[in-house]
Amino acid sequence: MMASDFIMAAILLPLVGAAFIASSGARPNLREGYTVVFGVLLIIVVYSLAPDVLAGGRPATQGYDVLPGLSIRFEIEPLGMLFAMVASGLWIINSLYSIGYMRGNAEPRQTQFYTAFAVAIASTIGIAFAGNLFTLFLFYEVLTLSTYPLVTHKGNDAARAGGRVYLGILLSTSVLFLLPAMIATYFMTGTLDFQPGGIFDPLMSATMFGVMSLLFIYGVGKAAVMPVHRWLPAAMVAPTPVSALLHAVAVVKAGVFTIVKIIVYVFGLDLFATAGSTSWVVYAAGFTVITASVIALGQDNLKRRLAYSTISQLSYVVLAAAMATPLAVMGAALHIAAHALGKITLFFAAGSIYTAAHKTEISQMNGIGRRMPITMIAFAIGALGMIGVPPTAGFLGKWYILSSAMTSADIFVLLVIFASTLLNAAYFAPIVYNAFMKPEDVKPEHEHGEAPWPIVLALSLTAAGSIALFFYPDVPLALAQQLVRS
Amino acid sequence: MLEHFPVLIIIIPLIAGALCALARNEVVCWWLTFVVTVVCFVGAVTMLNLVQDGGTISYAMGGWLPPIGIEYRVDLLTAYLLILISLMAGIVHVYGRRLVQVEIDEDLRGWYYGMYLLCFCGLMGIVITGDAFNAFVFMEVSSLSMYVLIALGRDKRALAASFQYLIMGTIGATMYVIGVGLLYIQTGTLNMIDLGVRLESHLTEPTAIAGMAFIIVGLSLKLALFPLHLWLPNAYAYAPSATTAFIAATATKVSIYLLARYLYTVFGFDFAILSTPVPEVVLVVSIAAMFAGSFIAIFQDNIKRMLAYSSVAQIGYITLGFSLASIDGLTGSLVHIFNHAMMKGALFMLVGGIALQLGSVRLKDMAGIGREMPWTMAGFVIAGASMLGVPGTVGFVSKWYLALGALEFGAWWIVALLVISSLLVLAYMGRVVEVAYFRPRPDGAATLQDPPKIMLLMAWLLIAGCVYFGISTDFTLGTARDAANALIGTAP
Repeated sequence: MMASDFIMAAILLPLVGAAFIASSGARPNLREGYTVVFGVLLIIVVYSLAPDVLAGGRPATQGYDVLPGLSIRFEIEPLGMLFAMVASGLWIINSLYSIGYMRGNAEPRQTQFYTAFAVAIASTIGIAFAGNLFTLFLFYEVLTLSTYPLVTHKGNDAARAGGRVYLGILLSTSVLFLLPAMIATYFMTGTLDFQPGGIFDPLMSATMFGVMSLLFIYGVGKAAVMPVHRWLPAAMVAPTPVSALLHAVAVVKAGVFTIVKIIVYVFGLDLFATAGSTSWVVYAAGFTVITASVIALGQDNLKRRLAYSTISQLSYVVLAAAMATPLAVMGAALHIAAHALGKITLFFAAGSIYTAAHKTEISQMNGIGRRMPITMIAFAIGALGMIGVPPTAGFLGKWYILSSAMTSADIFVLLVIFASTLLNAAYFAPIVYNAFMKPEDVKPEHEHGEAPWPIVLALSLTAAGSIALFFYPDVPLALAQQLVRS
Repeated sequence: MLEHFPVLIIIIPLIAGALCALARNEVVCWWLTFVVTVVCFVGAVTMLNLVQDGGTISYAMGGWLPPIGIEYRVDLLTAYLLILISLMAGIVHVYGRRLVQVEIDEDLRGWYYGMYLLCFCGLMGIVITGDAFNAFVFMEVSSLSMYVLIALGRDKRALAASFQYLIMGTIGATMYVIGVGLLYIQTGTLNMIDLGVRLESHLTEPTAIAGMAFIIVGLSLKLALFPLHLWLPNAYAYAPSATTAFIAATATKVSIYLLARYLYTVFGFDFAILSTPVPEVVLVVSIAAMFAGSFIAIFQDNIKRMLAYSSVAQIGYITLGFSLASIDGLTGSLVHIFNHAMMKGALFMLVGGIALQLGSVRLKDMAGIGREMPWTMAGFVIAGASMLGVPGTVGFVSKWYLALGALEFGAWWIVALLVISSLLVLAYMGRVVEVAYFRPRPDGAATLQDPPKIMLLMAWLLIAGCVYFGISTDFTLGTARDAANALIGTAP
């Protein structure tokens, strides 16, 4: 098989899986079997592409022209490889978790749930491997649409309202800003291909650079740079595995991935750094990092606090990419992977608590660590990752971003990182402390221990992964280095 | 035989229409209509191949050579429209059998198919004829039969709607024929190509300019260009569902085609587009249509009315491309004629299915039907995504070219308006999706099912087209691009 066959297989496998899942709704065990089997197949295919990319190869498919100049084409570069590895690796764990969660909570319409999940992961892989802006945009929109039924899964009024904000913001930003940005890019450069060093004409006016960066940064609503972040807390009405998928694996990561990719391959690092009119991005992202953290402090609902933490962490990636130095961009790439592992652990833990104890508010969780020690230890590891403390992967990205800021003596960035680290500690540490150290306020209505084993297994795996990545960062690091070298 | 194709595809439906009126037997009429639409479709495809190989076909009616006799003229754009009309006529016909049985009294069904064929004949005739007055005749043939098609249903409001359409349509046709008369006074010819040549030296004469104004306004009424669209919402909303699907996919498109012919072939690109205020006026009303149509659509409770107002907006997109004075803009227009016919045809067909099963097309009655009619609502979502312009669907292709055209025109603000207006689509389509999926069915309501398979199949054929032609654009876009080149290139 050629590399291009592998690429097509990586995108088609989950879609074929979706068809199998949809057709076996009457037999839940078979249906979940398909989910797992296709998840494993996807990992094998994606990871088998990695050695080639690590060796400097750029596997690609033939382009298929939709319109003259607009083609559907896939090409794997290091960042996309890293993103696909994270996404496919976490999908299988998320599937495992979903099985425990959906059955444990006896959720309705599970077939629809797993089908939409599979379509969402296919579009995520499509985004990761996209060889040009059009292909990326295509899968970006499919991802929005395929996650809508997941967000609104509960089917009640709250779900409808959340879904309306979710779809409204993501679709309208992409149509209002990203699409015109793409049209203008094509009109000015005659191509939409991602090219090392960027495709924009260096002689383009500073104003134009400013306008394009504005359109791109806010067009990618999935990156949740304020003020287009509202969809993310709204999407918290979804079942927890969906929140995990949205916040760790697919949607938000697709957003920041897109931004890094655009800055590296459309603008080009040099142009982005020297244009002058694009430096506002650093400030917008820095503002989001701090503001979202402050809002997170005031949230009592655990999932909402995690949502605002996500908004803050995403802007770390945007901030790093916008600094447009090789070190910072490496930090951005590593932070995508590290945050994915840490945040999915936190959401898994939140879902675990909900499944076992039916608790959603932080104030109810005093002493819960004694009933659910594994869950809360995993939560603690995830929280350390958010704060950026070794030995968790969260430290890696932060380290590179910090090094870059030190090198260029960027006071603003240094202050942002310093303040946000304190804020992160302030809103995660009490949860862990109270869970283990404080006694239970009231006896729970029913005795409970840990959640069902698939849930506990899943969150243990991701927590372990978060630590493992700290000690063995070779592959992501190599990919990140290639990203800035190319 | 082959050389008589241009006239055969007009004569056959004309005669068959008369036969239907004589036979009055539903089964006979249905099969006759079916065979005729298939034959015409095959004929249209054949002619496209001929045109692509051998260039424009000119057929002299009765052996009288143009410009004396009536000329039937088939070029790329003509063949493209003929395929569109015959395809939609065939699909809607197969789809509509059950609906006709439900919505139209038994003794009227023979008439229905007769009128359907006459309307079909008229629409094909407008497209194929190269004669300005002959186009008027076919316009009347199609319009008169369309008034009947609209009024044939049991809904009494259709009578008023049909009458309203009759008044407005007649005013439009009259203005058109006055315009043609003025041009005839100036040039002494009715053949469109000949008109184009002879007008060249008279374009600045008041007679010619008055003629042009009459023709453009008359056709704008016919094609429901905002603010001359007032007949359209009622006609679409209260006509029998099969009629709505048919006229929504074809009737306005044909008038748009005729307008393009006049602007580009008769008056010429250099004059009509580059030296008169026509494009500015069209630009302004098109943008007004895009916003007003979509905005009003948001507040409709009747889904057929909602889609009708959406059509007003979509017609604005098509005419917008005319005013951009570029190949890309015109390509966007022409490809949107085809794309919009598919999307809107599919949507109206699905709504017809809802009307059949639910007995209502009001939004408030549609609560919870998403799970009981999964195929209907899934189709609605896909066609709606296409209306929104999601990449991978035909709506995106149209919008891409209109936007490129606007940029070539040097007007980035048109791009901004284009994308903002498509958000309004999200608003009105999203409403339907929310009600259908998130509201519970009222207590005690009977369980619904998807409409009969054949209806779904026909609607899904178009929905599949919305996706297929969104990815594989060779046919639609290639033809539209060549036709746009020809239209602008032939300008003297």
